[in-house]
Amino acid sequence: MTEAASRLPVSRLGGPEVRAISRIDIGLRRRYAAERRFRAYGLAAVTIALCFLLALFGSIVGKGYTAFQQTRIAMMVDFDASIIAPDGDRSPAAVLSGNAFRFDDLIAASLQKTLELDPDDEDGLYDGLDLLSKGSAPMLRSMIAKDPSLIGTKRSVDFYATGDVDSFVKGTIRADIPESQRLIKDKHIALIDKLEKDGALHLAFNTGLFTNGASTRPEMAGVGVALVGSLYMMLVVLVLSLPLGVAGSIYLEEFAPKNRWTDLIEVNINNLAAVPSIVYGLLGLAVFINFAHLPRSASLVGGLVLTLTTLPTIIIATRAALKAVPPSIREAGLGVGASKMQTVFHHVLPLAMPGVLTGTIIGLAHALGETAPLLMIGMKAFIVEYPTTPLDPATALPTQIYMWATEPERAFTERTSAAIIVLLAFLLAMNSLAIILRRAFERRW
Amino acid sequence: MGPLWLLALIAGLSFFGFVLGHWKSVVLSGKGRDALAARPGYYGAYVLIWTAIPALLILVVLSVARPFLVEHTVRVNLPEQVLANPTQLSLEISGVRQVATGLKLATHEELEDIRIGVVAARSVFARHGLPLGEDVKPYQLIAASALNVVSDGLNTAVDIAVVAALAFGLIFAFVRVKPRLRARNLVESTILAILIGASSVAILTTVGIVLSLLFQALQFFSVVSPINFYFGTVWDPRFAAAGSTESGQFGFLPLFWGTIYISFFAMLVAVPIGLFSAVYMAEYATSKVRSIAKPLIEILAGVPTIVYGFFALTTVGPLIRDFIALPLGLGTSGNNVLTAGLVMGIMIIPYVSSLSDDIITAVPRSLRDGSLALGATRSETMRQVILPAALPGVVGAVLLAVSRAIGETMIVVLAAGVAARASLNPFEEMTTITVKIVNQLTGDLEFTSPQTLVAFALGITLFVITLGLNVLALTIVRKYREQYE
Repeated sequence: MTEAASRLPVSRLGGPEVRAISRIDIGLRRRYAAERRFRAYGLAAVTIALCFLLALFGSIVGKGYTAFQQTRIAMMVDFDASIIAPDGDRSPAAVLSGNAFRFDDLIAASLQKTLELDPDDEDGLYDGLDLLSKGSAPMLRSMIAKDPSLIGTKRSVDFYATGDVDSFVKGTIRADIPESQRLIKDKHIALIDKLEKDGALHLAFNTGLFTNGASTRPEMAGVGVALVGSLYMMLVVLVLSLPLGVAGSIYLEEFAPKNRWTDLIEVNINNLAAVPSIVYGLLGLAVFINFAHLPRSASLVGGLVLTLTTLPTIIIATRAALKAVPPSIREAGLGVGASKMQTVFHHVLPLAMPGVLTGTIIGLAHALGETAPLLMIGMKAFIVEYPTTPLDPATALPTQIYMWATEPERAFTERTSAAIIVLLAFLLAMNSLAIILRRAFERRW
Repeated sequence: MGPLWLLALIAGLSFFGFVLGHWKSVVLSGKGRDALAARPGYYGAYVLIWTAIPALLILVVLSVARPFLVEHTVRVNLPEQVLANPTQLSLEISGVRQVATGLKLATHEELEDIRIGVVAARSVFARHGLPLGEDVKPYQLIAASALNVVSDGLNTAVDIAVVAALAFGLIFAFVRVKPRLRARNLVESTILAILIGASSVAILTTVGIVLSLLFQALQFFSVVSPINFYFGTVWDPRFAAAGSTESGQFGFLPLFWGTIYISFFAMLVAVPIGLFSAVYMAEYATSKVRSIAKPLIEILAGVPTIVYGFFALTTVGPLIRDFIALPLGLGTSGNNVLTAGLVMGIMIIPYVSSLSDDIITAVPRSLRDGSLALGATRSETMRQVILPAALPGVVGAVLLAVSRAIGETMIVVLAAGVAARASLNPFEEMTTITVKIVNQLTGDLEFTSPQTLVAFALGITLFVITLGLNVLALTIVRKYREQYE
């Protein structure tokens, strides 16, 4: 820009020899001003666009980074055999069945000890229990069912604090607003302070965020199950759309005669790339679920729908990659007596492969973030268990984000942002992989 | 055998066929009588194709036909009074399906007991872990056992047909492997057929979209007349109780207005920013700035729309409500047209900018050089020479962006609200076509009620609008490209 500006004869405008043509001067000055303005508009537009990008990422990361840590309360638990296994049966089945409240008794006992409460102080006990996640008792139960040898021992266990306590400890629920409007009351704050001083209450890395499934309790909710659902869908998309896309593009680019039919296909593919994704969702609902009776919420159906949405992208990328292979390669192949098919599969396709893979990865990244068509086929479901096959009910990362985004609790807002960070990290990784592939294998002829 | 086993069998035998064909061709040529007409691999592939493809075709055809045959059997076995009520029919059929699964779970003695009526079928099924909503009716038992007979019969038929096709194909092709056989031509024409098939998936998708949407939409229009739908001004689709005849009002216009109004704001943001940044990138930016800023702006297009929706819901919406709408007394909701439009505009900036950038750089250099040589400044060249020359292309790019804005779903679902109203105040909640499609289709679906079917009518309308815009835009862009080629 400086180079261009210095070439303009602005500095000479005031000189004595130019005064004679002062009428032109005025026009010139105005024109140069217009030039500078125009350029400033352009710069402003770029800056604004970049500011939007910054605001978007800043707001997501700012809201979400705290979710990777979680408030835990460490307490010594006495796995009393007379409470857990009153009839002496220590098998996992016996632990899982029977009176569910006996684990609450365990928690109450260790809470009384940790807070040094009077055994008759029921109010104090209930205030203390308010701090712990309601999922604590099931957590203990599954812990013992997994390892029955714990029965009769004493061990320190990290309990989850409730989402509200978590938000308070991280400062998103502030202590300086009036108590009546605050979700955490003064008596709870006193307990939190005490636990913090004792070192029982601490922040730890939130592994549950990556391993748990859906939960109504924010502190127990995670994206693990959704990640598995998304993984299954990506597998289906990859297995179907890569061969279909490559085969289709090879025909269109290498074999198709120029006629009405291929023109029609061409126009079609360009249009399909611009059809709103929700329409694909309607197609999936009508064809795969209502007509073919495939199960709702299954990752197989999600994968099929996403295959249709990504196919145009992959075809367009593959055709571009095939087009970039110079004709001399084909001519050389044909010249030494290879058939057209052999030339394409032995020479042209391998040379185009980096471009094809790059296009496929970018298509997959696009499919990973797609939400609207998945809502149509019922992938917005409350799924707690990991799906074992692509036919099981599943949910996907973007739909999980959608479900959390509509939850009112503060702790869910934090988790939604964290889930978005996870999603964006995956997209970033995939796009970087595509760029690296392109850099490593790209050839220029 | 399940379909997976059949597929495994087909794969195994095909591989075996390949090995056989390869081996036979090598042995035959080894005897030195005739030179092979193709390389041995092609003979292997020839046998493979004959083994796998007929069997696969049979498997696919029978699997597609199967649901029709099964449903037909159920219908035939249902009594008249059930068939007379078409709205309940799909429910009845799925009920029979459940009974049929239950019958398969029960043991022989239990089946006998059910048949003579000693025990209720429902309690037997419950014991096997299949709880039913209501008691099993006698006619359901009859239809269910017929269904089981037919579906078992079909299973056997599929197994036999596939195995027969495999055996026939393998033997037939193996016998035909001779040195004179032009295996490569046959294999290559099969591959070509597969390639053609793959390329017509695109056509099939379009046909599938149109047919499936149209079919359901026509069902909707048989309940609500198209005139009431397209010219109705009230959107109030009551989820009426089952059996009630009241269906509510389905007025399309408020949704259409919401869609257009939000897209208008989106374009208000995206077109100036996108166009000016394209001009700056193409004309003023140094290559270093360009190589950094251009990919950064394009990141905006790679961010999933759900992320924009969340951004609008939690950041932009409250900001606009607290700092503009509430002080001015224009609205009280964080969900409003301005929020949705602004955030959608951000999403669309890269579409406008990168397309316009391509189009601006496609204007022949001679035009630019001529204008600059006459003494015009760069901005004058841009405004008076390049942009007019590029105008059709830019219009095409903007039309493509509009079509994307109209079809955008997640941002408006999270940020625009659900109230269908037509007003000019951009701080009010409004709703769009896509939001209503999502709303009508989440929750329990009944493919007979207009409340569900209206989503398909909205879908096909959306499809037609965006298709029209895309075709128009692509034609303009293509015409424009040809002009300078």
